[in-house]
Formats: sequence, C-alpha cells, structure tokens
Amino acid sequence: MIKPILIFGYGNLSRGDDALGPLLLEHIESHFDLSNIELLNDFQLQIEHALDLEQRSLVLFVDASVANIDSLNFSQLTAARDKSYTTHAMSPAAVIAVYVSIKKQTPPPCFLLSIKAESMELGEGLSSTAEYNLQQASLFVDRLLQQPNLTHWLQQTTQS
Amino acid sequence: MYKHLETAKNPENLKRVIVDPVSRVEGHGKVTLLLDTDNKIQQARLHIVEFRGFERFIQGRPYWELPVLVQRLCGICPVSHHLAAAKAIDQLVGVDPENLPVSADKLRRLLHFGQVLQSHALHFFHLSSPDLLFGFESDISQRSIMAVLAAYPDLAVQGVKLRKYGQEVIRMVSGKRIHGTGAIAGGMNKSLSKAERDYLLEDIDQIITWAAASVALIKKVHESNLPYFDDFATIATNYLGLTAKDGALELYHGGLRAKNAQGETLIDHVDYCHYNDYIHEEVRSWTYMKFPYLLSLGQEDGWYRVGPLARVNNCDFINTPQAEAARIVFKAHSSGAMVHSTLAFHWARLIELLHCAEAIKELLYDSDIMGSDLVAQGEKRYEGVGVIEAPRGTLFHHYQVDENDIVTKANLIVSTTSNNRAMNESVRQVAAEYLSGRELTEPLLNNLEVAIRAYDPCLSCATHAMGKMPLQLELMDASGQLIDKLVKHSNGQIERLA
Repeated sequence: MIKPILIFGYGNLSRGDDALGPLLLEHIESHFDLSNIELLNDFQLQIEHALDLEQRSLVLFVDASVANIDSLNFSQLTAARDKSYTTHAMSPAAVIAVYVSIKKQTPPPCFLLSIKAESMELGEGLSSTAEYNLQQASLFVDRLLQQPNLTHWLQQTTQS
Repeated sequence: MYKHLETAKNPENLKRVIVDPVSRVEGHGKVTLLLDTDNKIQQARLHIVEFRGFERFIQGRPYWELPVLVQRLCGICPVSHHLAAAKAIDQLVGVDPENLPVSADKLRRLLHFGQVLQSHALHFFHLSSPDLLFGFESDISQRSIMAVLAAYPDLAVQGVKLRKYGQEVIRMVSGKRIHGTGAIAGGMNKSLSKAERDYLLEDIDQIITWAAASVALIKKVHESNLPYFDDFATIATNYLGLTAKDGALELYHGGLRAKNAQGETLIDHVDYCHYNDYIHEEVRSWTYMKFPYLLSLGQEDGWYRVGPLARVNNCDFINTPQAEAARIVFKAHSSGAMVHSTLAFHWARLIELLHCAEAIKELLYDSDIMGSDLVAQGEKRYEGVGVIEAPRGTLFHHYQVDENDIVTKANLIVSTTSNNRAMNESVRQVAAEYLSGRELTEPLLNNLEVAIRAYDPCLSCATHAMGKMPLQLELMDASGQLIDKLVKHSNGQIERLA
C-alpha cells in the first residue's frame, strides 16, 4: 500500500554537505512513526522519480543547496520546464512536470526544503555550517510532520 | 584523423571559444576551440574540469567496505562500481570467478543487467532522443525530454518505465534502490524470493517489446539520413572490451579482447588481472583525465574506444535471440566490417538494452536466482582486480591491501577515461568538418556536444549541481579579452551578452 506522505532526500553521503538531504531522512526515521510516511533517497532526481509521486497526498523534497542565502528555504513547488532538462540531474519542479506529462493529472502538493550547503567535495564530511543547518532543518521538519496537512505546510513556507 | 588539431602552432595569435559546460553528459566538461581570424579551427580540446580523487577516497578503508563505498563515486552507475569492487574483493578473500557460487554469479548478472538497462534507457530516451528525433541543429527549446514527451508521448513514457523497471531489478536484487549491499566478498548476501521474482516477471514481456521497438526506432532514425549518421564525428579506431570464452557479448565477466579498425584481433581472452601488461595510461598537461592506450601499439596508435559500440563490434555473437538478430542487421549495415560511426553508439546501446531485457527474462525463469548457496570462501590474498563492462564501457578496479585488510593502493580506470582520446578526436572531427570557417552559433556548437554525448560520458560523479549548468559560449581574442558571449537560459532562450 502506498503511504500518503513521501519525503525524498537526495544527495551523496560521501560528498560533504551534499549529504544533508539523506541525513535529514535519518533524523526523521529515528524520530517519527513511519506508518504514513515513505522515505526515499537517491543521489539525484531522475525521470522515473515522477512515478514515485503517484497517489501521494503530500510530497517533500529535501536537498542541499549552495545557492541558499538563508539556512533553510521552504517553498511549494509547481511543475516547471527548467534548465535541469539539459543536465543529467533534474530539479524537483522538472520531475513534477514529467509527472504531469505522463500521468495527465494534477500532481500532489509538493514542497522543497533546501538546506544551505558550502562544499560538496568527494570524501569530505559535513561543514560546521551544514551541521548547524541540519539541526535547524531537523527542528523545522519536526514542526511540519506534527501537522502533515497542506494548510499547515503552506503556512510554513519561507518564500512563495 | 585530426590529431593535428590537438595543439595549435601559435595559440597566442588565435581566438578562443569555450563551450562550458557540456550539457546532458554526466558531470562537467568543457570544450575549447582556438580560431584564426578566418574562423578556421586551429585547436580543439575536450577538458575534464573536475578531478575526482577516487583513489585517495578509497585508500585507508577496510576492503569489505568497498562494495558500498564505491557506489558513492557515481550517481548514475553505482551498481557498476559496486560489482567491479565486489569482483576485486572476491580475490582478496581467495575466490576466483569460476569458484563463485552459481546462484551468486547469476544474481550479480541479474543486478548488472538491471543496471545497464536503466542506464541505457536514461541515455537514449532522456539525453539523446531530443537530438536524434528533432535534429542536431534544431531549436534549443526542442532539445529536451519535455519536447519528446509532447511530440512522442508513448515513446517518452516507455523511456520512463524502462528506466523504472531497471531500477526495480536493482531494488529486488540488492534490497535497495541505491547503497544496496547485494554483492559481498565471495558472493551475494541475499537471493531473490519467489514473490520478488514474480513481481519482476509481471512486466518483463512488455519491457522486451519496448526495447525491441527502440532498436527499430534507432535503425529507422539512422537510415533516414545515412550519410550524416555514418560520417558525423566518425573515427576509425581500435576497440576494447570483455567477451565470453565463446566470443559472445559479455557484460559481467570475460576476457579482454581488442580489435583494430580493420577488425583484426590484437589481444584475446586476456585475463584482466594482468591488464597492466597490456594497457598503460598517459598523462597530459592540459587535462586531469588520463589517456589509456594499448601498450603493444604505443601512445600514438594504441588508444581505443570502449562501450556499446566497442562491445557489439568486438563480439562474435549475442546469446539472446532478438538482440542477436539486431546485431546481424547492425553489422550488415557495414557489410560485416567494423562500424566506426560515432552515432552508431546509440544503435549499439539499444541492441544492448534489448539484450539486457531478454537476459533478465531468462534469469528470472532460472531457479538458481532463488538458491541458498550464496557465498564462497578461500585464502586471503593481498591484491585483487575486478573488471566489468559498465554501461559506458570497460571498468577496472584494482586494489592492494595490507595484513590488516586496509586498502593501501587503488587504481580505477573508468570507461570515460578509456574513451578520452576518442572523444577528443570526435570533437576535432566535428570542429574541422562542421564548424571551421562558419559563424559560431548555438546549434552549431550543439554538434560538438552531440559528438561527446554519443559516448555517454560520465565526467564527474554523484553531484547534482542544480542550477549551475547553463551553457555559455565565450569568444576571446589572443589577449584574453572577451569579445563575444552567448548564454543559454533555462527557458531555452539564447542571449548574446557581449
């Protein structure tokens, strides 16, 4: 049976701050009842991940981002045909666009929690900044999962 | 060949064009062109921007960590690194390939076929089909999977589902989509349950049908413009890869075979543990990536290509019926001679996709994949070599360990490194034949990327630099002054900034 909430953390555990997404999943796994939550992780987003969005009521993507200005950004996603189509890895918005194209239906509400990262070199551990940001992200996701509904998540968004 | 375009005689007097980064390849590369005042190409090089430091990452770790650890080297083909490392550490625990339990051998093969199937599906349907279906100089807004979804919805959905199926094979065999621990030293840590086997059987006939249709499609595309497909970026080269003892196409285990451009066998049935006796790697000052070559032919003539085109060229036959029929048609295209067309990589890749689908079905009906004898043991050794045919070509893992089982030395030759010289040659061929003397435009420069993408290169691994990969073209004069700059924006719009 498909669980209604999908949390998809992506990144590489061996590439420094790129591990933030998968590490946040570890926090969720150890602190929450997962009977209604599916945790997925992968190195990067790809076309087939569109199929993971099927029959969900809420989807949260979690990623490390060196482009972040703040420690955390939390925003609702819409399908978008963006620059990621020309690369090997896709953005969450592009994955949603693939879902819309192949399923011909409205996607579930999808959100992106991006956590500020500094360095993603092979073999590095988390930077001290990323460690702090991971703590902030853990507190934030705790709040999200206490009320896993669209209204509450929309109230938590930090940008439109 | 176009070796004369590797280094210009008077680079200080030439204009410089940079294609940075190359898009729709795994990782980050850039192409630099030096032009004279008549826009004639005088120098063309493919640079690898990121230094991966694989060996440093691995050294100092206990060997049993390797099958999991090395998966983090590459976000696209983690299973290939996983299996190459597993084959190497089999030897560290004294288990040679012929002594691996039958069930473990077949489960690893199943895992590998799943990996190659999903990788080939991604490359064709997502990364290359826009070029192949809409044309290499089509409007940039057409060159995306979204455009394929709009114009060829059934085909695009098949691509997504083929990719998904390959991932499901990986998940069933290794227990996880990624970071799975299917292969361990001397064998596998689990077999397939009947429920897992039956789950995979549900869709396999559909997968084979779609794979066969993709082969028919690429043949049609190739034949629709034969002179172009046969000539574009085409270079006559040597080819290297594994083949089975009977000469069959082999992706998991076999001996090294190399053929020259005329199809004459250079080496055959070579035990890959002795690869150092046949292959050396050259370092050049202008790129981090090494240039491997066949020692017997020397640095200038010994470079070779690996990957689908090399494998289909090198093998005597394919041991699944539909893929073998497709191979015969493919070879008939060149009257049985070696196929040197770089764009034929796509055709060969889809023949392999079909082979993988057929081979998965055969294995799913083989009860050995549900067997319980999964691990063999032997006496400890201090050195191990594992070689596998990864989706992009031959992948070498070579380790030495000390008495405490810590890796003291590691050497990896990844497929893209083996194709390094060939990719450079193809770039020079395209530069000389299609760009030289013409005004530089984005569609023209896409031709360079098309040549590189045919090899499905993996230039760096497992990063996802979201938003960092726009296409920029910069034209500079001899003093380094920027005189022209094209930027490709996220919506496909091209803007001239200087």
